[in-house]
Amino acid sequence: MSSTFDTVANIISETCDIPRETIKPESHAIDDLGIDSLDFLDIAFAIDKAFGIKMPLEKWTQEINEGKATTEQYFVLRNLSDRIDALVAAKAAS
Amino acid sequence: MKLEKFQLIDRVVEFNAVEKTIRCEAKVPLQASIFEGHFPGYPLMPGVLLTEAMAQTAGWMLLSLDKFRRMAFLAGIRDAKFRNFVKPGDKIDLYAKSVHEGSGFAVAQARAEVDGKIVCDATIMYRVVDFPNEEFRQSMLEVAADVGVSVKVVADG
Repeated sequence: MSSTFDTVANIISETCDIPRETIKPESHAIDDLGIDSLDFLDIAFAIDKAFGIKMPLEKWTQEINEGKATTEQYFVLRNLSDRIDALVAAKAAS
Repeated sequence: MKLEKFQLIDRVVEFNAVEKTIRCEAKVPLQASIFEGHFPGYPLMPGVLLTEAMAQTAGWMLLSLDKFRRMAFLAGIRDAKFRNFVKPGDKIDLYAKSVHEGSGFAVAQARAEVDGKIVCDATIMYRVVDFPNEEFRQSMLEVAADVGVSVKVVADG
């Protein structure tokens, strides 16, 4: 499993006091782990700091609200980790 | 400090857009009804109001950095510590620094000092969203002008 997922899972576990072993790559942050939008701000802050990126949460939320994307595409942790990897790669390339 | 209007900051002394820092001043009034209860015979500035003063300080910084395009609403307080008493008549120096500007949120560290001694500090998180209406934005600009946030710099941005 990717180290990105491990880092994200550890952040979620520490930030939201969720047992680490219950956080899986297929877990949906909202539907399965019960993380609300305010808690997700803390998670986003920690992820931004850990990876040196700025997750485009507002863009993602807008796409979901407009029906252009599903919550699974952004908030299933495997997918979230892939997007973080892409953001890190894009930053490194710039 | 206009407690009746929940305006905890008297004036912005210094704002640095490059360093992303701000310094504000606030004078605790000698007389205020809150001191009748907090506490009888030993008036102290309540910690929640000191927290609000720090939040307003960092809030003016974030609004200035964003040129008043969006509003920063208080979302969370972390590691707030109240290290010394603040009494009626005290002059408070408030400092804040932006720690992170994320997508739709921001985090700042703030502290308050009296006579050069830290009286409280905290890490503060804000939701940063569009102003719900133009009337609200204009009212914030009016208060900003009152406390000395440079509206000219805001307009020039």
